[in-house]
Amino acid sequence: MLGRTLREVSAALKQGQITPTELCQKCLSLIKKTKFLNAYITVSEEVALKQAEESEKRYKKGRSLGDLDGIPIAVKDNFSTSGIETTCASNMLKGYVPPYNATVVQKLLDQGALLMGKTNLDEFAMGSGSTDGIFGPVKNPWSFSEQYRKKRKQKSHGEKEDSDWLITGGSSGGSAAAVSAFTCFTALGSDTGGSTRNPAAHCGVVGLKPSYGLVSRHGLIPLVNSMDVPGILTRCVDDAAIVLGILAGHDPKDSTTVQDPVKPFVLPSLTDVSKLCVGIPKEYLAPELSSEVRSLWSKAANLFESEGAKVIEVSLPHTSFSIVCYHVLCTSEVASNMARFDGLEYGHRCDVGVSTEAMYAATRREGFNDVVRGRILSGNFFLLKENYENYFVKAQKVRRLIANDFVNVFNSGVDVLLTPTTLSEAAPYTEFIKEDNRTRSAQDDIFTQAVNMAGLPAVNVPMALSSQGLPIGLQFIGRAFCDQQLLTIAKWFEKQVQFPIIQLQELMEDCSSVSENGKLASVSLK
Amino acid sequence: MAAPVLRWLCPGRCWAFARIGGCSCHGRGVPTASTSSGKRGQSSVARQSLITAQEPRKGDREWAAVVGLEIHAQISSNSKLFSGSQVHFAAPPNSLVSFFDASLPGTLPVLNRRCVEAAVMTGLALDCRINKKSLFDRKHYFYADLPAGYQITQQRLPIAVDGSLAYSVCVGKKLGQAVTRTVRVRQIQLEQDSGKSLHDDLRSQTLVDLNRAGVGLLEVVLEPDMSCGEEAAAAVRELQLILQALGTSRAIMAEGQLRVDANISVHHPGEPLGVRTEVKNLNSARFLARAIDYEIQRQISELENGGEILNETRSFDYKLGCTVPMRDKEGKQDYRFMPEPNLPPLLLYDSASLPAGADPQQVINIDRIREQLPELPSVTREKLVRRYGMLPEHSFALLNEVGLLEFFQNVMKETRAEPKKVASWVLNTFLGFLKQQNLAVSESPVTPSALAELLNLVERKAISSSAAKQVFEELWRSEGKTPAQIVAEKQLELMQDDEALEQLCRATMEAHPQVVMDLKKGNPRAINKLIGLVRKATLGRADPTAIKEVLERQLSG
Repeated sequence: MLGRTLREVSAALKQGQITPTELCQKCLSLIKKTKFLNAYITVSEEVALKQAEESEKRYKKGRSLGDLDGIPIAVKDNFSTSGIETTCASNMLKGYVPPYNATVVQKLLDQGALLMGKTNLDEFAMGSGSTDGIFGPVKNPWSFSEQYRKKRKQKSHGEKEDSDWLITGGSSGGSAAAVSAFTCFTALGSDTGGSTRNPAAHCGVVGLKPSYGLVSRHGLIPLVNSMDVPGILTRCVDDAAIVLGILAGHDPKDSTTVQDPVKPFVLPSLTDVSKLCVGIPKEYLAPELSSEVRSLWSKAANLFESEGAKVIEVSLPHTSFSIVCYHVLCTSEVASNMARFDGLEYGHRCDVGVSTEAMYAATRREGFNDVVRGRILSGNFFLLKENYENYFVKAQKVRRLIANDFVNVFNSGVDVLLTPTTLSEAAPYTEFIKEDNRTRSAQDDIFTQAVNMAGLPAVNVPMALSSQGLPIGLQFIGRAFCDQQLLTIAKWFEKQVQFPIIQLQELMEDCSSVSENGKLASVSLK
Repeated sequence: MAAPVLRWLCPGRCWAFARIGGCSCHGRGVPTASTSSGKRGQSSVARQSLITAQEPRKGDREWAAVVGLEIHAQISSNSKLFSGSQVHFAAPPNSLVSFFDASLPGTLPVLNRRCVEAAVMTGLALDCRINKKSLFDRKHYFYADLPAGYQITQQRLPIAVDGSLAYSVCVGKKLGQAVTRTVRVRQIQLEQDSGKSLHDDLRSQTLVDLNRAGVGLLEVVLEPDMSCGEEAAAAVRELQLILQALGTSRAIMAEGQLRVDANISVHHPGEPLGVRTEVKNLNSARFLARAIDYEIQRQISELENGGEILNETRSFDYKLGCTVPMRDKEGKQDYRFMPEPNLPPLLLYDSASLPAGADPQQVINIDRIREQLPELPSVTREKLVRRYGMLPEHSFALLNEVGLLEFFQNVMKETRAEPKKVASWVLNTFLGFLKQQNLAVSESPVTPSALAELLNLVERKAISSSAAKQVFEELWRSEGKTPAQIVAEKQLELMQDDEALEQLCRATMEAHPQVVMDLKKGNPRAINKLIGLVRKATLGRADPTAIKEVLERQLSG
């Protein structure tokens, strides 16, 4: 049952094949079994069981709230959840219990979803590995998959398997791992420069970054307000569309959400792609791109072409300036957004009481890690009066050029862009931490952050396993507010590539002992 | 209590301080004691205008002062600029604080329509150009009562620009001509107020009250077109009246709804402007002019003693009567301005540009607000002068107290007395009583009708004007009685019986032969004594003019 998609399990609930409480308990057991993945910071067991109970009552009365009623979900720990600790994986917010729900969380709960817990991330979502939070790194479930283990046994003998686990990517690594390891059916991530799509690619799940302004940011603890978007992680494209349909729409509490009414997202099954024009941005052919990803990318392009779509090379000429531009804008907003963490109203406060200033300084030194402090320092540097024009304003201009690159391409008749999501498959933790956070982020966000600067919708769709047996995903980028069209194309692609399901028999077998009907054996089958 | 709107200025626009050689103002016997130490008694800086009265002597170098103002007016609105918290003065600490006001992470600003309308209306009243597109910015600084670590303001593109404010000052020592001056309004911007920090030095604690945090402010920036404290105070007073007439701010300085910062510099006419200082938090009408004048004097003394002016922020110590550098703002602040990413540009429309089918709840039409503009104080005053022929300064005085104009107009409706006479009664007697007891017009025990009836009695010559004063006092004391009742009770009506007056006069002269003798000897004042005696005998009911006539007739006869 846990291996099913959201839509499938929703149907099972409606048909009474399983009750919300049973489903909830299964997920809770699996969360406990997979605790070593470190996907969750907080498991809200009591809350989830209570929600399940209520959901069950509704099902009994035949008054289900919809597709999400009784469905276990997880939420990245940078979304405010009323009464549930929200830490951003930072000492600064350890113990902070928000008094309100983020709009997206509220919308999911209003639909009857069961909140299993809050997922792990890089501190304040600053990172691309989910390795830089105070609760430790998230382990990629694929490290423990049959597919990966088999390949590793072939290649290297005698190496300690457990010590060489893989990162999930980030910063929404906890959410991606949670969905990938079947502990929930969908999870919220956030996406500022690729933080949803990147771990989705590494964990072999669908990761959607909706158009900026389509989904409310109210309650999402900000990284970069002008780029942040709540992300959606699911096991298939249809599920992402269901969740987006629930989350999308104007929020009076977020003035940057669009006023236009949003219709539910129902994806047609595309049978014919012959009228489609797929753009391949030539600048995305980066030298660092692994040959495997590169060949899968061209394979995907060929797939479209062979099915009759028009596939053309396009140019996004300002791509090479994107990362540095992103760095300036990101750190500037970070410097500003982090100013509120002064230990006065909430969060960590140091013991220093000599003066208010000394208290601020010590609180912030103790509360933030080096990555956060580094970004605050650079951001404040860029915002200094003497630097503002040369850095911030210039970066804003470049941002406009980057956004215009996309506009021009889409105006030339391209419907969707097809690009890699990541340079390569997930790296082993020991490899990953050899570089510092800044270098890694700059490398890992290379294909994803330009989309955030332009506010476009983009989605990672898992395509195939690498020679190592690890997932590789590709990214589709759509026109602003054409999220439905984007997902329709992604759905077609998903169907064509038939990405294999993660085989976690070992884990699941352990887990199946807890479940009464032993149906979990179906996990590796679809 | 509000300051009088008319401030007496002496002739001469510039600060013309006469001096000889290297001698300081002080040495010239100028009645200020603004030595560089700045610690002299506060009285020393009062009435700066006296100095300006002196003609600069030949060879002396004049000083000119330049004063610009930044005025923060709290917008009168039910809720805050970006949150739904209520706005109340003196509510229990931290009882009006939303999650946004406390800057809980993840909260976002939502612009209050009412505050935008108030800004547009104020902009229109000050003849500003309303920007159809304006932007919000973050201004960063760490302070305990600024929870987000930044204030949302409009630094780059404010909502209104390029306006003007006309105000009046009186020239000359006597009641003279009110002169209208104009100060340019550089801009009006919307911004958040901060919370309040209360420092407990004894326990070395700072207590923070966030009730005020996030309340909408209009920052009105006045160009440095003023040249002294008096002008600045008059401009602020006029702005205060305009805001109150518009209802966009209650603008009560004592409640912190109107706060003034002044930028001040001095220079020699014809030379470039001097280095300016900023005097912050001039939150009382009483000290506004004094602080500015003190600072001007201080700068002049400093420069004349070979010192230099630092570009610094100072505060006015009202106990010492001088400005002092502010310690906590030492060092240059870099506010690291940045566009507020959570608020899209604020777009305003006029009837021509209003998009078809726009939801009226979502758009603001400038023309609609223009139609709703109430009459501005300057127009009201002009009308008073034109309609009633009253002195301009009386029109100022009538507008200077809340409700006073209405009171005057209500009296006018029910009396045939001359407007000038009514104005004089309202402004002298009535206002005098109010001030003495520190009452507002609305708290007056005397109604407009009662005053009107009283004035009608005087008009009909039923009572003398001195009796009328007595009646007024009685009216003030004993509510409910009509003037007629009081006149009857106290037998204050004028004697209409000529025969009786003749007799009284004769009897008085007979009883005081010495005074009559004096009079005959040619002492002109003696008649007044007789008049007084007769009035006393009539219990004040006889008209002094009539008494004089009778006495003179009897003496000559």
